[in-house]
Amino acid sequence: MEFFQRFAIPHPSPAIYASMVAIALVSIAIVVGLTYFKKWGYLWHEWFTTVDHKKIGIMYLISALLMLFRGGADAIMMRAQLATPEAKLLDAQHYNEIFTTHGVVMILFMAMPFIFAFMNLIVPLQIGARDVAFPRLNALSFWLFFAGAMLFNISFVIGGSPDAGWTSYFPLAGNDFSTSVGTNYYMLAIQISGIGSLMTGINFCTTILKMRAPGMTLMKMPMFTWSAFIANIIVVFAFPVLTVALLMGTADRLFGANFFTTANGGMDMLWANFFWVWGHPEVYILILPAFGLYSEIISTFSGRNLYGYKSMVWSMVLISLLSFLVWTHHFFTMGQGALTNSIFSITTMAIAVPTGVKIFNWLFTMWKGKIRFTVPMLYSIGFIPLFTIGGVTGVMLAMSAADYQYHNTMFLVAHFHNTIIPGVVFAMLAGLTYYWPKFFGFILNEKIGKLTFWLLTVGFVLAFFPMYITGLDGQARRMYTYSEATGFGPLNMVSFVGAALMAIGFVTIVYNIYYSFKNSPRNIGSDPWDARSLEWATHTPVPEYNFARVPQISSSQTFWDSKKNGHALFKGEIEDIHMPNKSGVPFVMGIIFFIVGFSFVFALWVPAVIALIGVFVCMTLRSFEQDHGYHIHVKEIKETEAKYGEVLNSEDRPRTTTRV
Amino acid sequence: MKELFPAKQVMGFVFSLILTVIALLVYYTDMSFAVGMTILLVTAFIQAFLQLVVFMHAGESKEGTAIYTNILYGVIIAVVTVFGSLLILIWDM
Repeated sequence: MEFFQRFAIPHPSPAIYASMVAIALVSIAIVVGLTYFKKWGYLWHEWFTTVDHKKIGIMYLISALLMLFRGGADAIMMRAQLATPEAKLLDAQHYNEIFTTHGVVMILFMAMPFIFAFMNLIVPLQIGARDVAFPRLNALSFWLFFAGAMLFNISFVIGGSPDAGWTSYFPLAGNDFSTSVGTNYYMLAIQISGIGSLMTGINFCTTILKMRAPGMTLMKMPMFTWSAFIANIIVVFAFPVLTVALLMGTADRLFGANFFTTANGGMDMLWANFFWVWGHPEVYILILPAFGLYSEIISTFSGRNLYGYKSMVWSMVLISLLSFLVWTHHFFTMGQGALTNSIFSITTMAIAVPTGVKIFNWLFTMWKGKIRFTVPMLYSIGFIPLFTIGGVTGVMLAMSAADYQYHNTMFLVAHFHNTIIPGVVFAMLAGLTYYWPKFFGFILNEKIGKLTFWLLTVGFVLAFFPMYITGLDGQARRMYTYSEATGFGPLNMVSFVGAALMAIGFVTIVYNIYYSFKNSPRNIGSDPWDARSLEWATHTPVPEYNFARVPQISSSQTFWDSKKNGHALFKGEIEDIHMPNKSGVPFVMGIIFFIVGFSFVFALWVPAVIALIGVFVCMTLRSFEQDHGYHIHVKEIKETEAKYGEVLNSEDRPRTTTRV
Repeated sequence: MKELFPAKQVMGFVFSLILTVIALLVYYTDMSFAVGMTILLVTAFIQAFLQLVVFMHAGESKEGTAIYTNILYGVIIAVVTVFGSLLILIWDM
């Protein structure tokens, strides 16, 4: 019995016990349901073992949406606690745990899989490839991410959640001040999913460099692919820093090392330094693909090609370099001298320049365009002013002298939510609506979509703009309550109302998916939005081999050329297509990594060592495996193509364009 | 026969051995920390470059430029990170 005591929650509450029961019931329901409807085989053959980039993308998408609701539940609890002065909804410990998990879940387990979902779904289609460069590695990336996410999420029912903030600064995150296993969960879960992210980075860099269709030079790549390419380069250079920092932090907590302690030659500030060497590039890993999605959407719905293609590319290259030169602005008040702070102030402000270039390029793309106000376009139009406000307050924060006033206040919280929500979350929802028909075969209802957009926008403004004011008045972030005398009460109540509106907005997304699944027409053709880039040049839903014949590229919007300027996209005869085999190994490795992580969290060395050996066994087996993939033969391709009943050609393509 | 003899590789091998010996001397001879560290850093970087060019064949395929651009980018970021951290945590603290 003593053995099991380590799994108990250090700070239990009725809410956590209720979640335990709920999790148990849902898990049982899922298992019973799958068995009753005999879906285990389907799940295994179609999803768990798949190496198809589209299916992996959809799994990322579902995970991201689930995590969005997990992180959103945290957010609404925080806002409810702060809505009135000296509220008793949560105590200090629970509040600490909730803001920590909110941050980690939203950045690493919601935003990251969301952008990986779009990279997986779109990039191979946009460059005319059959799959990514290393399909099995891609599956492994997903399962490692999933193992990490699940490991992190069980923390609040087994052993206790991390409570040292999403930045997990030492010495607070050290054993002296964080006594529960929560911070072990943080270290291990992020480590496991981080390895997956690094593999994705390598995979997509290779895919984009090596697998482009004939004629597609680098400067003819669609903008989303460019943004994914730059983001993945940043992944490859930034994530190793996190890996090493987490390893050192784990060594401190589990093996008594002294990297980040305040005694024995350790340096606690080194953690903050490493964390942000990774952490600042990380925000660009998130925002650049979002910029790419906006570029695609704005150009499609303005009916114009993207203004300033070259300057868009160069501004992203510059952002990628500058993103590595600004990390100190996250800790201007840590104690380094004025010289250092001045250098990093200037580099930080410099980032506003390429970002401004991009903003103007989007505006000029819309200039004199024939704008269609669809849901994706609404998000993009809402993004421009809201994100600009977030950027401007960012330049305010970049002034290191003034930062002493803003640091650690709600002003900062308002600023980064103001960039991340209109920047990343709106882009993800815009992309979700825009690409939904390509992968699921029906358009999400526009009326409900517009309602969602307005709920989210109004909710966002109400929730976060008051924080600028309370922040300047001195309301500190991460404080679980405040006294009535501070006068923060009314504005925090407004924030709560805004957060509630956003919560309703996110529920309408789920309702929209359900409603559209029931009611939307299915005969939408392969190009419902009258789009411009290559991902729309194949059937809907996309066949597993993507393109029956490899497309011939003439420009960055080659599909538009084929529709309007008589460019012949597909030439020659259909030939056999070489495809990668399915594999269950990535899924198994995901489970093994989960066991490794869980054993390390609780310092259970025997299962940890056994599971680690399992990892190496999987890798060794792979090295000796002869796997040459398989071929889809011409006959089969022709049958599949015939089923779609439409001819994809430059002259006589179907004209079932839905004008919304 | 002359074309078959891998002169470049043999030279590279000898040179890398020499570099290793020089680095080892730092341990066996009595010199100040600064001098020893300088020798180690210089020999280490030459050694790494030698390995990349001679034995890992960087620059021999048609992606040569891409490889060197990549290495340069990596070196810039590594240098910025290391010296930035030193500046923040030691020199200007």
